[in-house]
Amino acid sequence: MYARKKKEKKAMSPEKRKRFSTVSDEEVAALYTPADLEGHDFLKEIGFPGVYPYTRGIHPSMYRSRLWTMRQFSGFGSAENTNTRYHYLLSQGQTGLSVAFHFPTLMGYDSDNPRASGEVGMCGVAVDSLRDMEILFRGIPLDSITTSMTINAPSAILLAMYIAVAEQQGVSPRKIGGTIQNDILKEYIAQHSWIFPPEPSMRIITDILAYCSDHVPKWNTISISGYHIREAGSTAVQELAFTIADGIAYVQAGIEAGIPVDKFAPRLSFFFNAHMDFFEEIAKYRAARRMWAIIMRERFRAKDENSWKLRFHTQTAGVTLTAQQPINNVVRVALQGLMAVLGGTQSLHTNSMDESLALPTEQAVTIALRTQQILAEESGVGNSVDPLGGSFLLEKMTNEMETRAMRYIRKIDEMGGMVEAIKRGYPQREIIDASYHYQRLLERGEKRIVGVNCYPSDEEIPIPILKIDKEVERKQIARTREVRRKRNARRVASRIDALKDASLSRVNLMPVILEAVREYVTLGEICDAFRETMGTYTDPAMY
Amino acid sequence: MARATATKRSGAGKAKGRRKVRVMVGKPGLDGHDRGAKIIARALRDAGVEVIYTGLHQTPEMIVNAAVQEDVDAIGLSILSGAHNYLFPKVVELLKKRKMGRIVVFGGGIIPDDDIPGLRKKGVDRIFTPGTPLAEIVEYVHRRVRPRA
Repeated sequence: MYARKKKEKKAMSPEKRKRFSTVSDEEVAALYTPADLEGHDFLKEIGFPGVYPYTRGIHPSMYRSRLWTMRQFSGFGSAENTNTRYHYLLSQGQTGLSVAFHFPTLMGYDSDNPRASGEVGMCGVAVDSLRDMEILFRGIPLDSITTSMTINAPSAILLAMYIAVAEQQGVSPRKIGGTIQNDILKEYIAQHSWIFPPEPSMRIITDILAYCSDHVPKWNTISISGYHIREAGSTAVQELAFTIADGIAYVQAGIEAGIPVDKFAPRLSFFFNAHMDFFEEIAKYRAARRMWAIIMRERFRAKDENSWKLRFHTQTAGVTLTAQQPINNVVRVALQGLMAVLGGTQSLHTNSMDESLALPTEQAVTIALRTQQILAEESGVGNSVDPLGGSFLLEKMTNEMETRAMRYIRKIDEMGGMVEAIKRGYPQREIIDASYHYQRLLERGEKRIVGVNCYPSDEEIPIPILKIDKEVERKQIARTREVRRKRNARRVASRIDALKDASLSRVNLMPVILEAVREYVTLGEICDAFRETMGTYTDPAMY
Repeated sequence: MARATATKRSGAGKAKGRRKVRVMVGKPGLDGHDRGAKIIARALRDAGVEVIYTGLHQTPEMIVNAAVQEDVDAIGLSILSGAHNYLFPKVVELLKKRKMGRIVVFGGGIIPDDDIPGLRKKGVDRIFTPGTPLAEIVEYVHRRVRPRA
């Protein structure tokens, strides 16, 4: 009854390709009709925003009540450089902060460690000790702004530093709000900023869950991230499946550590990619919400509605930015930002057009922020909740996304959960295969990127590039050495001993770390203490 | 899964008569972006090159030691963290110190055009920027890198 009549089919022009597929290479049909949704229950599966299973959004009125948070990920050079950029972004209407740390911080090395050579301030801001953190947030009241920190292996240390800065401002930890990424599982899977092996890393995470639920109740303790999984080359389904599977592993670990599920689950949040395929991405966000709600309620027996709601941040896909004709990236980012908003994101980072070349200039960052403001103020897409809900295509894609992702999750469950799957290299291998498959499609011209494998241009319009001053490294090393000289050596030594003792016992590490950072024990020193007691993780070097 | 030496090798040892070209794909520095390095390792392997992948988070010293030990003909380095101006030349310099200047060093990643002449002057044979077709890199390796007799 819903199929096209034969006569209509005959009248159709021949199609350009044999097969049409999403960027993840999932086949897409020419037309979707109610027949594609047969056997599905609208009220039960799609329903209403703000109502379980939240397919259409976690709030009943979404952006009509509150816009998404515009949160541009930013950090470069010294704490002073980045503090200036934060003040600028806030003056331009940004509504939340998001810290990008340089690689040595992410990997737990101080700037004067030989392993940090050439990297200081390059890919983010250098933070070695509480002193850097004080400068980073100078003039920014931590009781009225929320801050997201992309930090994983050393997340407890950076959270402790943030709490210490708040205390200096006279702000109680109970009042501060923000997020630490703190998602170590996806580090092994995709982003690769790890320090310790999986088991002690999971212990640090459950310590944070327990500590924050008692002392920092407004803090989002884990931002369970698909973003990096996707950037590493996964498909949309893999991004969704591995992220939810990571979430399951954290909830399981929290419960096993003896924390009641409804005490920590409401503070878990998610972080997804906005890639290039419009409907596939929107379907992904909707499927994610529904899956998480069902898993939390039925699998983990959570009672609090806030434990069922999947709140998420979105960042536009860095990998889709081209080095060729970089100004075109503005258009890609605008589309991706639109997908995130149509998918019901709680916060958004829009990439800058020049990030395929270097860290963004102030001008490029401003255009990226303005893109969000145009979406919010001019496009009208936020006027109605889940405006694409009910589209035959989108609902069908949402269902398919969920079915395929659940297939992966069952497989990971059978392996004994995500930690075991990672040890077997399973998600890693799936991602490498997917990324190689996509690359082959690209090379054969079956997938197209404007300016790269079609519509090249000989006339490149040059755009300005941000350069990190070489002085940053020298000055940063000097500052960290001065911090070490000026602190109380005896107290520092005893704090380091306390860290080692605590890590070998079962006490919560957070208070011990907090005491250490207050004495200006550096990030590298704390990580070294834990390296000694917990061991380190090495890349299995698969390809 | 964690291993002491993070190198993995592909391809058989010797082709008939002549040894296969042997390339080390290396990730110096702390950045974790290995999508490109892994894709290139696979593409070279599929093109008949013997590939040794170092894994992530290698110091220049670790890469050069492994390259000498594995007797490679070329090293392809990948960096997306901005540390290329320090780490690429460091690898070349250490190779020269070990009298292994014959090993061809090339690289890729997020590298601004302005940095390329400086890197070439310091002995990096070729820099590939984002969007380079795999075929171009494979062709370059076939043309530029000869297996040692």
